[in-house]
Amino acid sequence: MKVVLRNPRRDLELPAPRTVDQLLRDLDVVPESVLVIRNDTLATRDEALSDDDIVEIRPVVSGGAA
Amino acid sequence: MKCRRCRAGAVIELRRHNAAFCRDCFLHHCREQVRRAIDDFDMIAAGERVLVAVSGGKDSLGLWHLLRELDVDADGLYVGLGIDDYSDSSGRHARDFAHRFGLKLLEVDLPADYGFDVPEGSRAARRAPCSACGLSKRHLFNETARAHGYDVVATGHNLDDEAAVLFGNVLRWDASYLGRQHPVLPAAPGFVRKVKPLVRLGERELAAYCVLTGIDYIVEECPMAAGNRHLGYKEALNAIEERSPGSKAAFFFGFLEHAHSRFAPDAAGERDGLSPCTACGAPTPGDVCAFCRLRARATRVPVTVEHGSPEAGG
Repeated sequence: MKVVLRNPRRDLELPAPRTVDQLLRDLDVVPESVLVIRNDTLATRDEALSDDDIVEIRPVVSGGAA
Repeated sequence: MKCRRCRAGAVIELRRHNAAFCRDCFLHHCREQVRRAIDDFDMIAAGERVLVAVSGGKDSLGLWHLLRELDVDADGLYVGLGIDDYSDSSGRHARDFAHRFGLKLLEVDLPADYGFDVPEGSRAARRAPCSACGLSKRHLFNETARAHGYDVVATGHNLDDEAAVLFGNVLRWDASYLGRQHPVLPAAPGFVRKVKPLVRLGERELAAYCVLTGIDYIVEECPMAAGNRHLGYKEALNAIEERSPGSKAAFFFGFLEHAHSRFAPDAAGERDGLSPCTACGAPTPGDVCAFCRLRARATRVPVTVEHGSPEAGG
């Protein structure tokens, strides 16, 4: 499957199957800090990912303190 | 994973609420959280004119959308900060959103209207970029709201923002800031009311809200914010939240319930005894407000007295 990371943008090719939760653990990403978007729809942690999927890991943490 | 309300397939889980939601029930959840925040803290009264501070990001665009969904009539204000491509892109997102939904967007441009940008202000005043940026935005939100007759400025500060700010204030035991940290900053002479209707929603919820409603927001982070202290606090709190869901909400709302009133007296007197800035008329404890001092340093143009002499106090 294709995995897209943001800020900065990086594209990875990773083997499936694995769940969203496993993918985030493998990439050492804290789930609370991202949304996982599979083929343009939100994916929950328990969802299984397949080789055909395009998965975006979108950071949600932003900003200045103002 | 099933939706807690309707048992349809879930699109998002919220461990803080020990729940998962389908699209429609999640959007309902977001509306209810904002409605509850507005009601619980008496943020906006019927008929008041509301100005939303819009940056083009998920929080401010999500807030503007949610207010309209709740039939709160709100216009937007975008402040161009002159941060290269980032400002160009954020402004485009704000304008596109306003155009798409037929909303009124006011614009102020720091470089064009005030002669300096955030990087220049930061360098000249030897302030961190986020400090110069925040100072400028707070001043311009209030100034623009007053000039156009708005009753309330609504900002997109969410639960994560508030928990991170609280974390920093507690680490330093900054009593004055702790006394001021509240979802509503009441109106006072020279100040419109400031409200934070998103305090019951986390930033992950806001991002999901935008994705599910098709709001095109700027995903890229401000280049000036990279590595700042506030982001470090958020990282620490997210690590805690991962192990113990609900910690951020318990921290912030526990503070409001049990501790805010103890610090409120430390901040109570801050707005007493202010007089108009001699350059712009904004309330200030000195002769010239912090924004006009920043502008003078950044542009190397001395402050012009337009609102009476310092000796006259306005």
